[in-house]
Amino acid sequence: MTGQVLLTMRGISKYFPGVRALENVDFTLRAGEVHALMGENGAGKSTLIKVLTGVYPKDGGEILMDGKSISPSSPLEAQKCNISTVYQEVNLCPNLTVAENIFIGREPRKAGRIDWKTINRRAAELLKQLNLEIDVTKTLDNYSVAVQQMIAIARAVDVDAKVLILDEPTSSLDENETSRLFDVVRGLKKQGLGVVFVSHFLDQIYELCDRVTVLRNGELVGAYEIEKLPRVELISKMIGKELGDIQSMGKNDAAERGEVLIEAKGLTAFGRIKDFDLTVHKGEVIGFAGLLGSGRTETAELLFGVAKPEKGTLKLGGSEIRFATPLDAMHHKIAFCPEDRKVQGIIGDLTVRENIIIGLQAKNGMWSHIPMKEQERIAEEYIKLLQIKVSSPEQLIKNLSGGNQQKAIIARWLVTEPNLLILDEPTRGIDIGTKTEIQKMVIRLAREKQMAIIFISSEIDEMTRTCTRLAVLRDRKKVTELSGDEIYPDRVMAAIAGGV
Amino acid sequence: MNQIKKMTSHHLFLPVFALVLLLIFNAFATPGFFSIQIQNGQLFGRIIDILNRASILVILSMGMTFVIATGGIDISQGSVIAISGAVCCSLIGGAGDGTTQMPLLLACVIAVIVCGICGVWNGFLVSKLKIQPMVATLILMTAGRGIAMLITKGQNITVYYKPFTYIGNTIPGSPLPTTIFIAAAMVVLVVLIQKKTSVGMFVQAVGINAEASHRTGLKVTSIIFMVYVFSGMCAGIAGLMESSMIAAADPNNAGLNMELDAILAVALGGTLLTGGKFYIGGSIIGAITIQTLTTTLYALGVSSEQLPVCKAIVVILICLLQSEQFKKMFAGKAEKKAVTQI
Amino acid sequence: MKNMKNRIVGSRYFSFGITALLFLVLYVIGMMSYKGFLKPQVFCNLFIDNAALIIATIGITFVLLIGGIDISIGSVVALTCMTTAQLLANTQLGAGIVTIIALAIGLLFGLVQGWLIAQFDMQPFIVTLAGQFFARGLTAIISRETIDITNPTYTAVASARIYLAPKAFISVGVVIAVIALIVATLVLKYTRFGRNIYALGGSESSAQLMGLPTKKTKIATYMVSGFCSALAGVVYSLIMLSGYPLHAVGMEMDAIASSVIGGTLMSGGVAFLPGTLFGVLIQGIIQTFITFQGTLSAWWTRIIIALLLCAFIVMQTVIVRSRHRINSSEK
Repeated sequence: MTGQVLLTMRGISKYFPGVRALENVDFTLRAGEVHALMGENGAGKSTLIKVLTGVYPKDGGEILMDGKSISPSSPLEAQKCNISTVYQEVNLCPNLTVAENIFIGREPRKAGRIDWKTINRRAAELLKQLNLEIDVTKTLDNYSVAVQQMIAIARAVDVDAKVLILDEPTSSLDENETSRLFDVVRGLKKQGLGVVFVSHFLDQIYELCDRVTVLRNGELVGAYEIEKLPRVELISKMIGKELGDIQSMGKNDAAERGEVLIEAKGLTAFGRIKDFDLTVHKGEVIGFAGLLGSGRTETAELLFGVAKPEKGTLKLGGSEIRFATPLDAMHHKIAFCPEDRKVQGIIGDLTVRENIIIGLQAKNGMWSHIPMKEQERIAEEYIKLLQIKVSSPEQLIKNLSGGNQQKAIIARWLVTEPNLLILDEPTRGIDIGTKTEIQKMVIRLAREKQMAIIFISSEIDEMTRTCTRLAVLRDRKKVTELSGDEIYPDRVMAAIAGGV
Repeated sequence: MNQIKKMTSHHLFLPVFALVLLLIFNAFATPGFFSIQIQNGQLFGRIIDILNRASILVILSMGMTFVIATGGIDISQGSVIAISGAVCCSLIGGAGDGTTQMPLLLACVIAVIVCGICGVWNGFLVSKLKIQPMVATLILMTAGRGIAMLITKGQNITVYYKPFTYIGNTIPGSPLPTTIFIAAAMVVLVVLIQKKTSVGMFVQAVGINAEASHRTGLKVTSIIFMVYVFSGMCAGIAGLMESSMIAAADPNNAGLNMELDAILAVALGGTLLTGGKFYIGGSIIGAITIQTLTTTLYALGVSSEQLPVCKAIVVILICLLQSEQFKKMFAGKAEKKAVTQI
Repeated sequence: MKNMKNRIVGSRYFSFGITALLFLVLYVIGMMSYKGFLKPQVFCNLFIDNAALIIATIGITFVLLIGGIDISIGSVVALTCMTTAQLLANTQLGAGIVTIIALAIGLLFGLVQGWLIAQFDMQPFIVTLAGQFFARGLTAIISRETIDITNPTYTAVASARIYLAPKAFISVGVVIAVIALIVATLVLKYTRFGRNIYALGGSESSAQLMGLPTKKTKIATYMVSGFCSALAGVVYSLIMLSGYPLHAVGMEMDAIASSVIGGTLMSGGVAFLPGTLFGVLIQGIIQTFITFQGTLSAWWTRIIIALLLCAFIVMQTVIVRSRHRINSSEK
């Protein structure tokens, strides 16, 4: 039951310096529908939402709300246009009561002072409509994220939202909480709200949504009725390859395996991964395939000591090990090139040389200083080896392009001479040429240096080309493993989609 | 034009410019400012005085620089100075016949170690308990003078043991005050640490991006811990010099507000108060500049109670210059001007 | 059982409870140890001696609530005393007008500090540090010597005794402090400005997204603090009847300690004003102890207060963390 068109975004474009984030994207939302917005990293879905909620000004196109053109310049103005957003990290105040969080900024007043009785009564009523009966006079931090999210929804609905954007609301919820949230969303749908639902969980999309708009590389792929779109097709649209349309472009077919390097058994950490088993041999390239949020990065972080597993064992060369910190993992010759280059990778105000050398230096300890000459030699060697484009090794790394920053971070890890190199989305957001270079380098490292590599990527092509084995993850579980001839795009996509 | 821009954007520009300005001003306003006399093989003069007093600030500001580089702050330095003097003076004792209860060197070492322990306390609160640096060091700032009084049993201990006074003044036969030598030694030590170890790089990395540093294998907690210990020890050494200058332990007034001068010196030296890149050289020149400013104002007849007004204005100006919003406002105006000119 | 424990520890009034209990215990110990403690006037003196501190604590509590800090308080107190003394001594202005001028100076001071902090994103510590220097220096510029207040109205108000019982009286300063405390408590609880302060301290970005006027609230908060400092200065001048550059040195630290001991979270968002009153009283009672004891020296006050401050800060950190743990384990 979908009603009138509520919101239309037409020809939306948005550019950042050197990046085209959105190009001529259309989006339509009807009253009384739940509309999924999907796409891999860098597809532009968060940019689209930020344009809609006034966080970014748009560079082209128009937004119509109920037929009237609007151009909100802040989330607050968007709210006044009846567009409300509930974020993954709840935007409420943890120190205020539940009731107050719903009413702050528009508290009912009596005789010039805030009328707490009315606030508490109305808040309780509102939450009751969402099937939530809790003590509204307690502070927000007494409740779980799921409840906080529903409180945020209650606030959004009460400020007369017609369009409600749910930005990855389920990523920190368990099944019960998710189904409770879905009940609430269904209730809102009946009231005639249009809901935009951003999520990476396929099952949830199919369970809750009516239509889906798919974006890829900042462009619109299309909008579809969810019932008429098989899962595999949805994935192929997100990833950008038509089924059966991909010729293998030469792949890494190193068949022989070296000795066992590292063995994981039953690794489990809440909200990350469940019962993960994997054996890594020397000289192989293992891909972690799966959508964003499937647990690929989260698992890699367990292997590198960024997070600690609650259950399960990790064996290296036959003996059990536990990593308390990344440094422990580094001493066991493991390296991890993180996904979020800016926040987790580069140290922006240091030079390229320092960024390359810092991993090895950390391993050596701060008192066994690598002499400057040696540092310069290493930096220059790897700048040449990886063809990093710099004006000088003393350039600040923040002034390099994304691709060159990425290469410098890879160089940082290669300098530490790891046995296992984990690369998390090493080619995201960098140009095609550099992409191919990195892929080639991965294969070469595995073949020539017998390095084991775990390769995480959203691009199936890249995976089929470089990996000798694939671990497929879905909804925080490893669902299957593919190797040899099984590694071709259609098969991989089917495995990622599952349930077909 | 470009060269001017390059020069003005150099991190040493501001402190050097301010220092030169002050010196030029003094050259005209204070007769004999630059003159140095030699008496009994000892140098005397305004410049020497400034360097003598600035030495304390130089040492303090080096400790503060490392703390600020990690994104922290240590406001307990002044109180730690009081503790240092109290420990040392009570160990030497106030015997009127000019004897000491303990070898001078040992007393000094113990005092500096005690101050190092103060730093351990700060470091523990900040790095392990993850309490905001300002709040954490506030505790010792409040308690420090009380602890110093406790050590001296509530009195100002006057030391008559002559060699103790050499630390803050001049060893007979030496041309320059001892403070300058101590400060120079500390500078050399820090420069050596900078050149021969990776401490500098690690401290900066933690201040710039703690998350990435952790993922690169840096022991972020220990690094933060360490800078507070170093800051405490610097305050300890400064405390020895300060108490030696007056040959007494004065728990109430020793090092009063010195931490603020140290913060000011660091900020003037080009290190951002939000952490990251730091400039030891800048801090040193900053410290000398501030001491010159103080001496200049004294020479102009400004009383020590009135001096803070000038310092307050300097603080706000430096912070404004560091503020992104201010730069934007300024840049915005410049752009508008450029547009209207076209 | 464990749930019960969690509920108590997690409660907003847990900290307040501890503080009030601590005060009572100290008072009872006092009464058992020294006969003098039984006199009602000893209790009243706690208020009389600390009236200015109570007012200063109100101001700092507002600032701590938004996650800021104001270390200019002691200096502004001194500046107000000095201005009052100077104007009364050397102009024809009446006591009322002089007081209004003094309060206006406090407001202006807060306005400038708040504007610098809100507009330029400067660190509150640095700005108010400069404020501290500036106010203290200005005081010295007005006069480096003590100026006595001899204005008859002023001295009359200062020496007025308001009897609560035959043998227990309070001063005008106490009345002002109590009124200020009640007004401030009501403002925090029943006005939008008050609630916005709490929201700002809970999460600035959320407050902004919820459409609250964050910048204005920030500036207004520092103005409250400036005003409270000036008011504390007026009350302080009633006690000292003079202006002197070294009045109230370090009062901001006492105020911060009182506020934190009274249950204010230094990271912002949590405070209960009546609790901070007990924070002040605890400091007062420690001082009273030391006076009664006679042999202990004054610096013990500072050490004990610092220890208390430390204990409360560590306790807060632990509580905040355990709360996070309770929440995540509930999942």
